[in-house]
Amino acid sequence: MSNHPFCEEILPNVRPKPHLAQLKTMSPRSVASCLGEEAEPHLATISVQVCIHRVRWCSSIRVIKSKYVCVFDKSALKFSHQQRLFRTSAVSCGQIVQFKLSDIGEGITEVTVKEWYIKEGDSVSQFDSICEVQSDKASVTITSRYDGIIRKLHYSIDDIAFVGKPLVDIEIDASKGFASEKDVVETPPMSHEEHTHQEIKGHKTLATPAVRRLAMENNIKLSEVVGTGKDNRILKEDILNYLAKQTGAILPPSPKAEIVPPLPKSETVPATPKDKARKIPVPVSRPIVFSGKDRTEPVTGFQKAMVKTMSAALKIPHFGYCDEIDLTQLVQLREELKPLAEIRGIKLSFMPFFIKAASLGLLQYPILNASLDENCQNVTYKASHNIGVAMDTEQGLIVPNVKNVQVCSVFDIASELNRLQSLGSAGQLGTSDLTGGTFTLSNIGTIGGTYAKPVILPPEVAIGALGKIQVVPRFNGQGEVFKAQIMNVSWSADHRIIDGATMARFSNLWKSYVENPASMLLDLK
Amino acid sequence: MVLQPSLKNCFRLSCVLRTPKAGFRSTASEALIIQSVSNDVYQNLAVEDWIHDHMDLEKRQVLFLWRNSPAVVIGRHQNPWQECNLRLLRQKNIKLARRRSGGGTVYHDLGNINLTFFTTRKKYERMENLKLVVKALKALRPQLDIHVTDRYDILLDRHYKISGTAAKLGGTSAYHHCTLLCNADKFVLSSVLKSPYKGLKSNATPSVPASVKNLFEEDPSLTSEMLLDAIAKEYATQHQIDHHITLINPADETLLPGINNKTKELQTWEWVYGKTPKFSVSTCLNMAYKDSVLDIKVNMDVKHGRIEVCNIDLPEQWLPPALYSKLVKSLTGSKFCPNETTTLVTTLLRVCPQDDELHSRWNLLCENMIMLM
Repeated sequence: MSNHPFCEEILPNVRPKPHLAQLKTMSPRSVASCLGEEAEPHLATISVQVCIHRVRWCSSIRVIKSKYVCVFDKSALKFSHQQRLFRTSAVSCGQIVQFKLSDIGEGITEVTVKEWYIKEGDSVSQFDSICEVQSDKASVTITSRYDGIIRKLHYSIDDIAFVGKPLVDIEIDASKGFASEKDVVETPPMSHEEHTHQEIKGHKTLATPAVRRLAMENNIKLSEVVGTGKDNRILKEDILNYLAKQTGAILPPSPKAEIVPPLPKSETVPATPKDKARKIPVPVSRPIVFSGKDRTEPVTGFQKAMVKTMSAALKIPHFGYCDEIDLTQLVQLREELKPLAEIRGIKLSFMPFFIKAASLGLLQYPILNASLDENCQNVTYKASHNIGVAMDTEQGLIVPNVKNVQVCSVFDIASELNRLQSLGSAGQLGTSDLTGGTFTLSNIGTIGGTYAKPVILPPEVAIGALGKIQVVPRFNGQGEVFKAQIMNVSWSADHRIIDGATMARFSNLWKSYVENPASMLLDLK
Repeated sequence: MVLQPSLKNCFRLSCVLRTPKAGFRSTASEALIIQSVSNDVYQNLAVEDWIHDHMDLEKRQVLFLWRNSPAVVIGRHQNPWQECNLRLLRQKNIKLARRRSGGGTVYHDLGNINLTFFTTRKKYERMENLKLVVKALKALRPQLDIHVTDRYDILLDRHYKISGTAAKLGGTSAYHHCTLLCNADKFVLSSVLKSPYKGLKSNATPSVPASVKNLFEEDPSLTSEMLLDAIAKEYATQHQIDHHITLINPADETLLPGINNKTKELQTWEWVYGKTPKFSVSTCLNMAYKDSVLDIKVNMDVKHGRIEVCNIDLPEQWLPPALYSKLVKSLTGSKFCPNETTTLVTTLLRVCPQDDELHSRWNLLCENMIMLM
C-alpha cells in the first residue's frame, strides 16, 4: 500500500473526492488502493477523472483507462453508459476548432484537394488521415491534429485550398483536460464479458508502471498474468513469459468466455477481506479477441451475370448419371504422345482426348448438342460441336469453348486449349472465345473430388464433370487384381428433351472411346 | 498479441542497418544509402511506403536507389486511361502501377534509374536534391549540358527531359523521388505513353508530355550502374558519410515487417484503377454492321473505376429493349475493365433468346464497348 500522505488521511468510510492535483502525483496503484469499493457513489466521477489524467500522462491511450474503469465497480459500467448519453447531449456544446491547412513547405500557398478520407459526422483521432491534397507534383496527406468529430468540410474535391485557411471544422470535447470523449467511453479491445470478469475478480493487480506499460503495449490484461514477485506482484519477466506462451497458441475464437472453476493459486489474490467475498468461477483461458467484422459488398458485374445464369439454369429439370472410367490405357497413350506434342510446342493433357471422344459421341446422339428455346416449343440441333471447358479464374468460373471439335484432331484441340488457357490466366479472353458453346466439360478433378452434380449452362442441355484420377485395385477379365487408373464422370442433362437412356448410351459410348483410345480411330472423321 | 508496429519496426530496421559493415561508421551517421535488389515496381514502391511510414527520418535521412523491369507508373491522382495505352500494356505484359506521390506518368525499364530522397517534412527540399544529382552527373561527365528547371525537371541540352520529379508529404516525413533516363527504350516509352482513348473528361492530374533523351545517347560509355554510383558518392559526400550502399531485399519480411502487405495493396485493382478520380467517357462507336455503318453515341460516368452511369444511344429496336436494359443494368456498378466486361456480357448472353442475328449484334456492340476500356 502506498505511503502517500493523502492516503493516510483517508478514513475507511469517508472518501472525499480527491483533489485532481493530488491525484496527478499519485501512482495509479495508490489511487486505486485509496479508492476502495465502498466509495461507490463517488467512484464514477472519480474513476473517470483518474482515467483521463492517467491517459494524458501516458501517451498511449486506450487500454489502461478501461482497466481502471472496470477494476472498481459495475457502477462504472453504468456510468460509461451514462457518459455516452451525456456525450450525445453534450455534442452541441463541444468546442468547434477550425483545423487550418498547415504549411506545406517550399513557399507553397495553395493546393488542390484531391480526395477526402472522412466525411461530415465521422469521428477522427489524432494522426488519422483527413484528406489528400496536391500541389505541383507533390501529394500531401493531411492528418488530424485533434480528436473529435468532423463538423464541416470547407472544400470539395478539386477545389483550391489555401495554406493557413480552415480546411475542416472539428468538434472536440467541451471539458478541458479530457483528451477525447473516446477515451472515456470506448473500451477496446475487451468485450463486455471481459469487463464483468475483471470486476468479479475484484483484486488489485500489483505491478510497476513500467510493467503496466509493457502489458498495455501488448494488449495483455494484468489479471491474466501470473505474478511471481513479492505479494504476487507482476514482474517484467512474467509479462514476457505470458507473451511467450501466447505466441503460437491459436485458440478458436470464443464469443463467450468459458466458465471454469476458480484457479487455485495462479491469479494474484492478495489476502484482503474484500476479496474473499468475490470467489465466483472465473474463466481460465483468455478468449481470443476476434475483432473481425462482417463485410457486405454489392453483387456487381460478373457475379451479377452469374446470378442470372444460375437462376436460369435452375429452371432446367436436371437429372444426373454417373459412371466410373478406367483410364489405364489412356494414361499410357498420353505418356507416349506427350513428348511428340512438346516437340510441336504444345502441352498435352487428358482433356483433348475427352473432348474429342465427346464429339464422337455427339455425332451419334445429336440431341445432347441441342438447344431448347424459351417456350420449349423448338429444339435446335446445333451443327457445330463447340465444346466448352470450364476454367477457374480470379473472377470465378468462365467457360471458353473449342470451336468445331467435330473437324478437329486431338492435336488441334490441344493447341487451342493451350491458347485459351494462357489467355484465360492473363484475363484476355475475347467474346468469341466465350460465346457459342453447345456442350460443356468441367474438369473439376484437377482441383479434387470424385462425383459431382454439375449445373447445365444455358442454352445447353448437357454437361459432364470429370473427377480426379485415382489409382485403385480392380479385377480384370481373368479375375486378377491389377492397378487401375479410375476417374469418375458425372453427367447432368435437361430432362425435358433428354431421357435417361440416351444419356446412358452416350456415356457408354464416350466411356468406350476413352477406355480404349484405339477405338476412336475407327470413327474419326 | 499486438505489438505497436511503428515503434518495433523502426527499431528493427535501424538495428539491422546499424550492424557495422566494413568501413561503415555506426555512430553519428546522419544519412543512409540503400539500394533495392528487386526490379519489381510494386515491391520497390512498397519499400518507399514502408520507409515513409516506419523510419525515423529525424535521426537520419535516406537515399533509396531502385530500378524496375518494364512498367508504367502513374501519379496518385491520375487517370490511367488518359495517360497510357492500356491495351498495349496488356499485350506487352508491361505492368501498371500507381504511386503514392503526385505528378505525372513515367515509363520505367532497366535503363531508367529511380532515386528517392527521404527527409523529415522540415528538411524537404526538392531543388537541393536535384542540384545534387546534377552535380554528381557533372562530376562524372563535365561536358554534359544539364540543368534543373523550375518545374523540377532535369533537361539535357536545354531541350530534352532526362528526369521527372514527384513528391509525397505525410505526417512528419516526406520523400522526393525522381527518374533518370540512362538507356531506356524510347520507342516503347513513346508508344505506351500515348493514350488511344477518346472522349475522356476528368479532373485527374494530366501529364505534360516532353521530348526525352537518354544520357547514353549523349555519351555511350555511361551505364545505369555508373550513374547510381556517382549519385551515391555525391550524396555520401554531402552528408558526410561513407560511400557505402546497403542492399535491401523488398521481400524480406523480417527486415521490413509488413512489407508484403504493402506490396499486395499496390497491386490490387482497387488501388491501381479504383483510385482514379471520377471521370466521364463521351464518345462515338463506329460499328460496321452488314451493309451499313452505325454511329452509336456512348456516355459513361466512371467513379472509383466502376461504371456509375451508362448510356448507349442505339437505333430503336436494334436490340430488344429488355435486352438493352439488361445490358445497361449489368454494366452499372461493374468495373470499367475489359476482362470483367467480357465475362459479364458473355455470361449474360446465355440467358438471352437464342437468335443468331441477335447474338451477332450483341457481340458487335459489346466488343466495341470493351474497346473503350
